[in-house]
Amino acid sequence: MACIELNEIAHAYVRNPAGESDYAIKRIHNVWDDGGAYALLGPSGCGKTTLLNIISGLVTPSRGRVLYDGRDVTAMPPEKRNIAQVFQFPVLYDTMTVFDNLAFPLRNRGIEKNEVIKRVHEVAEILDLTPFLKKKAAGLAADAKQKISLGRGLVRSDVAAILFDEPLTVIDPHLKWHLRRKLKEIHEQLKLTLIYVTHDQMEALTFAEKVVVMYEGEIVQIGTPQDLVENPEHTFVGYFIGSPGMNLLSCTLNGNVAHIDGARILLDQKTTELGGKARGKLELGIRPKYLELSSEPGKNGVPADIKAVEDLGSYKIVTLTLAGKTLQAKLPEGKPVPGGTAWLVFPPQWIRLFADGRLVK
Amino acid sequence: MEKWENNKAWFLVVPVLAFVAFSALIPLMTVVNYSVQDILAPGESVFVGTEWFKKVLHDYRLHDALWRQFLFSGLVLLIEMPLGILIALAMPKKGWGVSFSLVTLALPLLIPWNTIGSIWIIFTRPDIGLFGAAINSLGLAFDHTRRPLDAWITLMLMEVWHWTPLVALLAYAGLRAIPEMYYQAAKIDGASAWSTFRYIQLPKMRGVLTIALLLRFMDSFLIYAEPFVLTGGGPGDATTFLSIYLVKIATGQFDLGMASAFSLIYFLIVLLLCFVFYQVLQNVGKGARI
Repeated sequence: MACIELNEIAHAYVRNPAGESDYAIKRIHNVWDDGGAYALLGPSGCGKTTLLNIISGLVTPSRGRVLYDGRDVTAMPPEKRNIAQVFQFPVLYDTMTVFDNLAFPLRNRGIEKNEVIKRVHEVAEILDLTPFLKKKAAGLAADAKQKISLGRGLVRSDVAAILFDEPLTVIDPHLKWHLRRKLKEIHEQLKLTLIYVTHDQMEALTFAEKVVVMYEGEIVQIGTPQDLVENPEHTFVGYFIGSPGMNLLSCTLNGNVAHIDGARILLDQKTTELGGKARGKLELGIRPKYLELSSEPGKNGVPADIKAVEDLGSYKIVTLTLAGKTLQAKLPEGKPVPGGTAWLVFPPQWIRLFADGRLVK
Repeated sequence: MEKWENNKAWFLVVPVLAFVAFSALIPLMTVVNYSVQDILAPGESVFVGTEWFKKVLHDYRLHDALWRQFLFSGLVLLIEMPLGILIALAMPKKGWGVSFSLVTLALPLLIPWNTIGSIWIIFTRPDIGLFGAAINSLGLAFDHTRRPLDAWITLMLMEVWHWTPLVALLAYAGLRAIPEMYYQAAKIDGASAWSTFRYIQLPKMRGVLTIALLLRFMDSFLIYAEPFVLTGGGPGDATTFLSIYLVKIATGQFDLGMASAFSLIYFLIVLLLCFVFYQVLQNVGKGARI
């Protein structure tokens, strides 16, 4: 068990980084609590895997320190850190049986024979691998193989954290769900710190207690799934989380009214006060599911043209243009959609303001 | 599926069939034809049945050549396979060193085979050869034209120099194809360098090493040009391998019938051994018995 602290980490793969853009990791400074289940979420190329490899020790950061329970491990190789890593594709020792695969990390560390047998059987039991112990690992299905990779991490009693690098990429969809649940069970049972890298937001939101969103080599937000949906701290989080993502409209403020190229949207008192303090380029954000649509102007309605309606079975996605900008609204299945022009209502409590990309708060 | 009445598509295979027939089947059948006849003069032959085969099987010089051949191929594989793998493991993985070592390794493979024999004749000459003269000046008698052991040493050196690069290149290709993840996982599992080699690199190289082994076995078992140029099969019969003996029978004594019978047996031995090697390597460590 350990809490992992990243102290002012930066990493560049090139030897003499010239500028910001050479850094795969720009600046990361945070603490991963002992026993937490974290998902590291971000688009391809944002530095997730690099960060994971820095934590496990496969990559030594250009700058900064990695601390396990306050102990500096920055210079330590991965085998000296009490950490396990599961990779995108199952890594197996093909010529060995499942038992030998699981026993391998223990034998390498000179653990006594009876202890090895005991631990391997315990872990095989947890992962439902007991029937396969005597089989060759090479002949098993992808999900069993990935469980063996995971088992090689669990089998070591000293393991503080298990790192996952998109481990379900090669697993069939119906088994993904099963394995994800298995992971949750293991987390509850063993109270290990789990860090799970993925670019799939569904996977991140269902797996993790806390989701860490990365964007261009930086962490832009750490929060519960609910935080990410309701209070994205960065326009990127708003846009990336949710399907479809948050509607973002550049605007100017005039008292309690936001002007979007002539369209007027009323703000509540709290947002107005926040808006007054904001500096920089302002954007107004609202989640598609909070937008209301009606065929009557109503009290605060803003006229918009309906461009397309997609019926996804349990809900509809309506694409509209408002003062030349495209928006999306997510409506419940039963609700009728007016044709041509509709009136959009922006519920003030769900409106968020962003200044230069950051949430105004 | 509906079966086609008109199978004209088969005509498209005719060119290939014709080509294979001319390049392999017809020559092979000619050999079969010769092997059951005694050619007395051009256009004059007698059918002799299996007589040549019986004679070949009881020829003690051929038996000696066969054992010599097995010894030679065995030594070649024992030296070249491990050495090739070691070279591949030691080769650089990136930078200018990669192309440098690849080109250097490939050089012996680009030289015509009988030129290699000539190079080594000069290299090992006891009077002026760099190697031969150097060994002799150390006080060790060395002469591959007179001493059988020296002839063997020279041949082995030449063979290893010539063909180990092929094994190394194949093994290197196999190593480069292993994803980085495997090494990372092995590191995290605390595997030693030996375990990494034994449980990751070696199993992942199975395919290329099978090819290397088969190629090296076949080539060394059929070796002709280099010993022919270097030693001519001597001293005595010390380096008379199967193909050298075969050519002696065929063109030296002009015993075409016996040479043909011999060729067929030779061919079958190579085919059988390749099949055995292939089967063993495909199944080893794969859990086929479980």
